Amino acid sequence: MKVNDAVVGAALIVLAAAILVHIQPYPLIPGQQYGPALFPGLIAVGFIATGALLVLRGVRRGRPLFEPGGALRSARLATNFVAICAALVFYIVAAEPLGFLVTGALCLAALFLKFGVRPPAAIAIAVIATLVIHTLFYKLLRVPLPWGVLERFAW
Amino acid sequence: MTEALAAVALVFEPYVIAVILAAAVFGLFVGAIPGLTATMATALLVPVTFFMPPVPAIACIVTATAMAIFSGDIPGCLVRIPGTPASAAYVDEAYAMTKQGHAETALGAGLVFSVIGGIIGTAVLATSAPALAEVAVRFSSFEYFWLVLLGLTCAVFISVGDPLKGIVSLLAGLLISSIGLDNPAGHPRFTFGSIELLGSVGLIPMMIGMFAVSEILRYAVQGSGEGEHFTRQIGNVFRGMWGLTRRYWASIARGSALGTAVGALPGAGADIAAWMSYAMSKKFSKEPQKFGTGHVEGLIESGAANNGALAGAWIPALVFGIPGDSITAIVIGVLYIKGMNPGPTIFMTNPAQIYAVFLVFFLANLLMIPLGWACIKAAKRILEVPRNVLMPIILLFCVVGAFAINNTVFAVGVILVFGVAAYLMEENGYPVAPAILGMILGTMLEEHFITSMIKSEGRFLGFFERPIAATLGILTILVWLWPLAKWLLARRRAAA
Repeated sequence: MKVNDAVVGAALIVLAAAILVHIQPYPLIPGQQYGPALFPGLIAVGFIATGALLVLRGVRRGRPLFEPGGALRSARLATNFVAICAALVFYIVAAEPLGFLVTGALCLAALFLKFGVRPPAAIAIAVIATLVIHTLFYKLLRVPLPWGVLERFAW
Repeated sequence: MTEALAAVALVFEPYVIAVILAAAVFGLFVGAIPGLTATMATALLVPVTFFMPPVPAIACIVTATAMAIFSGDIPGCLVRIPGTPASAAYVDEAYAMTKQGHAETALGAGLVFSVIGGIIGTAVLATSAPALAEVAVRFSSFEYFWLVLLGLTCAVFISVGDPLKGIVSLLAGLLISSIGLDNPAGHPRFTFGSIELLGSVGLIPMMIGMFAVSEILRYAVQGSGEGEHFTRQIGNVFRGMWGLTRRYWASIARGSALGTAVGALPGAGADIAAWMSYAMSKKFSKEPQKFGTGHVEGLIESGAANNGALAGAWIPALVFGIPGDSITAIVIGVLYIKGMNPGPTIFMTNPAQIYAVFLVFFLANLLMIPLGWACIKAAKRILEVPRNVLMPIILLFCVVGAFAINNTVFAVGVILVFGVAAYLMEENGYPVAPAILGMILGTMLEEHFITSMIKSEGRFLGFFERPIAATLGILTILVWLWPLAKWLLARRRAAA
């Protein structure tokens, strides 16, 4: 998706205003004229300047506000994009209760099927790949991946 | 001398050699698969290196990246898709050679001159970094402030055509760096009550998001794109290489030198080095009309340049803690984790480990000859690996890798947010490199600024009172004024 420079510029100016409001209550370093608000403040000023230039440029070029491209060219590609994000969100929510093995295998199987791997192969590879990654990180590198529902069978 | 011997002992240990070999195979594979980059290889390796002693951890990254930059040439040559962005500059040239039946020469030139470029770059790194450190030891916060600012400036003006978008990207990076407690006053900024954000966002998950997850997203919206298949058997790639070396020695020297120099500039890495070098080669060539038609000269020069750049990027990274490219941006994080804090004193506190790093660079480049040859032989098989199976597995790797750093799912959220952000930035022509540099150098910039202001009792002129600081300061200001001057000149010319 291509966004018009003017939209980005306006968003930057809004962001800058939010920063400037947010940093108001920041204290000063004792005995100095500045404190932790100085740098974010300068960044916000920078955003206002670049944002204004972007708005100017965007208005002058007069392109549409949003142009579909990349992910939005076809429904299949757009859902591919969403599928990857959804898999990550699902992992964040489910990893603790369901455990790494179940969550990981589900994510992989779903993405394989979405990307057109044939069902039997998709499920087999999902299970094997999850087991390999689990062994590598849990056993060899001692990363405490959650067991979740498989807690009783932990090995 | 004892340090050099200690370095040899550190490297030639069965464990380290095994790590180097494994990293080499990994790097060759990642580089040869289009859509997987050398930076992504580094980001994926970090969680693994987390559990290693310093020398094998660094060796792992050095070897994998050197191999990946070379093997990126292979798919470019065979199916006209660059394996990594660093090979994009000469992919048409290499493919044209393949179509004329000279695939062996193109691949051989890629391999041999990558090795030579890498070795020259390493030699420059090994000699210039300690010398630079001798000078840098005397630097105070004033010099560092200007140096960091100059580095950030370079990132904005070198890496892209559109400096305005570069500045926006840089500011976004600086803003992210200001999140958390890590500022001179120790005041929590932009944390919104989150305990996770007190420690800032976490460099490694951010990198995994920006360089690995964003590539997976890009793959997902590209459609199938499996490309053509290459079926012909590849013969002896080393034939005629000696002749080419003798004929094009000047190109090799120029490519390696330019590559190393571009690599050392913050924000510009192997890919930009290759583009600049290819253009340079055409400019200085005796037969510029042959460029683009399957002529090996540009291939030699830019093939040497991108591997030279890889070593060059380590010069500012080791001496000043300012990354020369996106790979060393990640490396700096690893160095801190390993207690090898970058800076001029690293050459006094950890000399053996630093010499070990240089040694690994030489070793990796020499190993590239047999392993690269084997990779070329196996190229057909590697290119057949189905990407619809590979990409989801890499995604799960990213998830586990990010989780492994702090053992929280917060990091998984970080890779998602930064993955999508990097994808959208690239889609809209905002370069990612300035943002990365901003994130890494933001804290340093602020710290040196505040320290300097306190030292000079609030007088801004204090930034120009030491000779080196003044030089760096004036240089930085000139670079900022340059686009303005150019614009004014263009206007005057248009008016005349």
